[in-house]
Amino acid sequence: MKSKTDSLLISLYQKGDEEALSTLIHRHQRELFTFIFYKINDEDLANDVFQDTFMKIIVMLKEGRYNEEGKFILWAKRIAHNLIIDHFRVKAKNVKVSETTFETDEYSIFDLIREPSENIEDQLVTLQIQEDLLRMLQFLPQNQQEVIKLRFFDGLSFKEIADHTNMSINTTLGRVRYALINLRKIMDENNIVLTR
Amino acid sequence: MKKNDSLKVKTLKPKKQTIDFLLNFSKSIEIVKSKGKSYPILKN
Repeated sequence: MKSKTDSLLISLYQKGDEEALSTLIHRHQRELFTFIFYKINDEDLANDVFQDTFMKIIVMLKEGRYNEEGKFILWAKRIAHNLIIDHFRVKAKNVKVSETTFETDEYSIFDLIREPSENIEDQLVTLQIQEDLLRMLQFLPQNQQEVIKLRFFDGLSFKEIADHTNMSINTTLGRVRYALINLRKIMDENNIVLTR
Repeated sequence: MKKNDSLKVKTLKPKKQTIDFLLNFSKSIEIVKSKGKSYPILKN
């Protein structure tokens, strides 16, 4: 069972093989849990989010709603990410986001979604920024959305993105650059300011 | 005197009971389809 691909495990699970799910969970538990933990910095809460994530995955797989569009782990991380945002949205009463202007063109808006520091307010702001960015991504062409998500939300290296999308590293770099330029344009045209 | 190093190391792994719950959850639900929609329900 351990030598089978994620895709095959999912297919077996959807046919009723519960052992396939166990293998899938054990294979990805560390990567997914680490991803969640470093976003919320609370072990118990991370367990809750991990559990909710896989409950959603289980239901979606059983309903046949999983499309083999990319890696299973990336899909799982997106579900976890959305659950984390939901969690903080419920808890958040007053989120302070200061508004400033940027002084140089070299400023990367994705500097804003670095790992959250220790206090809850910073984490909330980070999650809010991620959510705003995800919304803006919808205005980009599909291929640019994909590289941005893989690079800045899923944390893949340019080499990993190139492998994942069957592109050269140069194409990947260029596509990310175009996407960033487009995002800056969207921000300028809509007077959107993202900052901590 | 030798120091007793009891620093806790974060394992970054979910608890065993979390995994056990998920495996039981999976076994305990089934999907019922009705009027083009699907609903997860608990088995008896």
